[in-house]
Amino acid sequence: MPEDKTIRLKIKRQDQPDSKAYWEEFDLPHKPRANVISCLMDIQMNPVTRQEKTVTPVVWESNCLEEVCGSCTMIINGKVRQACTALIDALPQPIVLEPLTKFPIVRDLQVDRTRMFENLKKVKAWIHIDGTYNIGEGPVIPEKQRAKAYLLSECMTCGCCLEACPQFTKNNNFVGASTISQVRLFNMHPTGAMESEERLETIMGDGGIADCGNAQVCVEVCPKKIPLTESIAEIGRETTLQLLKNLFLK
Amino acid sequence: MPKRKPQFIVIGGGLAGLAATMKLCEDKARVTLVSYQPVKRSHSVCAQGGINAAIDTKGEGDSPETHFYDTVKGGDFLAHQPLVRDMCHQAPAIVHLMDRLGVAFNRTPEGHLEFRRFGGTLFSRTAFAGATTGQQLLYALDEQVRRYEHDGQVQKLEWHEYLSAILDSQGVCRGAVLHDLHTGEIFSAKGDAVILATGGPAQVYGKTTGSTVCNGVATTAAYLQGAKYANGEFIQVHPTAIPGQDKLRLMSESARGEGGRIWVPRKKNDDRDPLTIPESERYYFLEENHPRFGNLVPRDVASREIHDVVYNKELGVEGQPMVYLDLTHQSEEFLEHRLGGILDIYAKFTGDNPKKVPMKIFPAVHYSMGGIWTDYESNGSGLIDHQSPRNQMTSIQGLYAAGECDYQFHGANRLGANSLLSCIYTGLMMGPGLIQYSRNLNSHFEDVPSSVFDQARDQWQGRMQSFKQMKGPENPYVLHQELGDILLANVLIVRENSKLEKALTQISDLEIRFKNVQCLDTTHWSNPAPSMIQQLFCQIQLAKIITQGALVRNEFRGAHYKPEYDLNQPKDFDPHEYVEYIEKKQYGEVLESEFPSGHTAYMKRYEECNEQWLKTTIAKHNNNQPEISFEEVNTSLVQPRPRKYD
Repeated sequence: MPEDKTIRLKIKRQDQPDSKAYWEEFDLPHKPRANVISCLMDIQMNPVTRQEKTVTPVVWESNCLEEVCGSCTMIINGKVRQACTALIDALPQPIVLEPLTKFPIVRDLQVDRTRMFENLKKVKAWIHIDGTYNIGEGPVIPEKQRAKAYLLSECMTCGCCLEACPQFTKNNNFVGASTISQVRLFNMHPTGAMESEERLETIMGDGGIADCGNAQVCVEVCPKKIPLTESIAEIGRETTLQLLKNLFLK
Repeated sequence: MPKRKPQFIVIGGGLAGLAATMKLCEDKARVTLVSYQPVKRSHSVCAQGGINAAIDTKGEGDSPETHFYDTVKGGDFLAHQPLVRDMCHQAPAIVHLMDRLGVAFNRTPEGHLEFRRFGGTLFSRTAFAGATTGQQLLYALDEQVRRYEHDGQVQKLEWHEYLSAILDSQGVCRGAVLHDLHTGEIFSAKGDAVILATGGPAQVYGKTTGSTVCNGVATTAAYLQGAKYANGEFIQVHPTAIPGQDKLRLMSESARGEGGRIWVPRKKNDDRDPLTIPESERYYFLEENHPRFGNLVPRDVASREIHDVVYNKELGVEGQPMVYLDLTHQSEEFLEHRLGGILDIYAKFTGDNPKKVPMKIFPAVHYSMGGIWTDYESNGSGLIDHQSPRNQMTSIQGLYAAGECDYQFHGANRLGANSLLSCIYTGLMMGPGLIQYSRNLNSHFEDVPSSVFDQARDQWQGRMQSFKQMKGPENPYVLHQELGDILLANVLIVRENSKLEKALTQISDLEIRFKNVQCLDTTHWSNPAPSMIQQLFCQIQLAKIITQGALVRNEFRGAHYKPEYDLNQPKDFDPHEYVEYIEKKQYGEVLESEFPSGHTAYMKRYEECNEQWLKTTIAKHNNNQPEISFEEVNTSLVQPRPRKYD
């Protein structure tokens, strides 16, 4: 625990999507087990900067506060991560908070990650079932295969992998590691596999797997330790096979 | 003329809202889905342990009827029985459906669904996907709804807030007033019915296991429009949570389902490393006091025992309000496989490795058994008529509710792994009735004068504008914290009328201070400040519902514990005696001598108590106060009897 009983936060703020960003600093009393979220909550209760200027409370996005919803992703001391698991006592000060840079800013630390959800539509990241009626049990699945799928299904669409990826930018349409990994997840499932060719065709197209530069940083920043590079390699193999199949069948 | 397609507005994108949306889309309806945030981030992701379905894959003799009995008993018989029974009978089909949707449920060696133990039952009834079952179930439904969105049947309005229902001159709900949280625009949306699937009200208590969006505001808004609110005082305090500044993170009941043991050192303020304390000097109080159920007693029982050990016996770990939850006797491999996700959360937030050292935990506000009142229609044979438009309708015609925000399924205390079930069940079950409701309408929203919608919108525009102009000295976030502190101090595990009365006074003081709140942000883009004030206003009203209900209900039932009204069950009492007693009573007065000493008198007390209090609490908004009345509970299937978890 640091000797200093004050926490200093330096926060990059922006009032509107197209306005200029600016910095504000806040000094807060240290509290046990504090995290970045509890500090932002403290600012709401007393929105006064270090220079004793009363300002509007900082706007950010959060919900579950236990790193399963993906909301509170931001850049903390230069590293992309969730704010809820950013424990104050483990961070050097001042603690610098910035919004994600690869997504349009909404306000302050809040960004618009609609693109990620749109990409899930593109690759049909769902199981096409006959209906919700009671038509019996699901497929028998070996536990080993289930465990592999489970790792991938923990993806909370937080965007860490995309923020870190040098190929994913605001100006291109690369889908990025998280989407590619979801293609793998749904192609692995016995029912999902029935639409695997369609998914592969999509991911072979514009903005798909060919745009991956193999920088391998996605896997390093993933808070859920999803084997993203393994997914990319696997989908790479599958798309190559699909390509060959297309050649011979057409 | 092409056939008119039913159109609905679903508020909330957790399990209940998504299940309802999926089901309605399957019946060709169009759905507008409204959520504070992308629906994939809804609070259902926090549910960890699993979902109950009596599929009996282990030859234990479990059945939906036993599941039904465990659930109504767990809820101290305050739930309507045909509904609970229908839910338990649907549970196996629901779990199989979720499996077909791709949920990565843990498997047996043969590749079938694996089940584990949970609290309040002696059977392995809980299907699970690692330790993130809620997240996995939510994602599966989110994916199905995304498919319908892709096909154009669903319009998502994420980053939108529900403000109120729009009622026509007959008081029928025809739409909703919505608030775009980015642009600040307030507008009216039209639909054949509005479905509230807005989750629980945990945030009224401030620090809880709930997510930030679990604020109880939508249902309170319905209450303020005249809807009945039911059983508000029944708030579940989960026995095992991790203390924190911003949130009390849940440590799932599955930790105990997989063998976790709760204990404290027998010696006060024992500061030894817990691993060096020998077995004989550990007090496994749940196991000692409940040899059959052990660590898997229902949550209300476990929370009371922990409270007693910490505050009455003063045996809290390190003299603090904490007890050990110990998994260190299990192998690391087993724990990783069965509980990985939740143990990671503990490690991330405390820095301790729960596979190596016992966790330190304490009870926290977790779930509301109560909620907005909803209706149902029995099919005459102890189940539900799934075609009835009455199912899940609030007391406002055309306004429905599903999931944690309704009140019907858990009585006075919810059993673990029944919440995911009730959320999905209500969402699916209400679908056919909603379609019927739309078809049966004599006039649709198209026939309602536009002035109805415009007036509702204008009224809210004025109201939000007035919040924006508030310039008093009070910080609304501070008031919210104080409101939570009032409830935590007075309306929690142990309830006393003097403290409840004090809480009501404090809440009305706070309501006066609310008038002097300051809107901390008056800008026009993505400004949460006016909404926060509106939410605080509703939460003050909700705090009154909860506290007033608790004050009026002079008994001890489930999570509502008033020591003064404890009926003092004899230690050697067997609940079956009560069934016998009721039978004997049909043939005349039952004599003291027919049962062991003291039992007949106890059973008479129990019977009298049920006559007065085995009723649903109803709060109606009247003159700025909750007016409390009571309604009968449907106990037509199983004879209520004293609970005992020995």
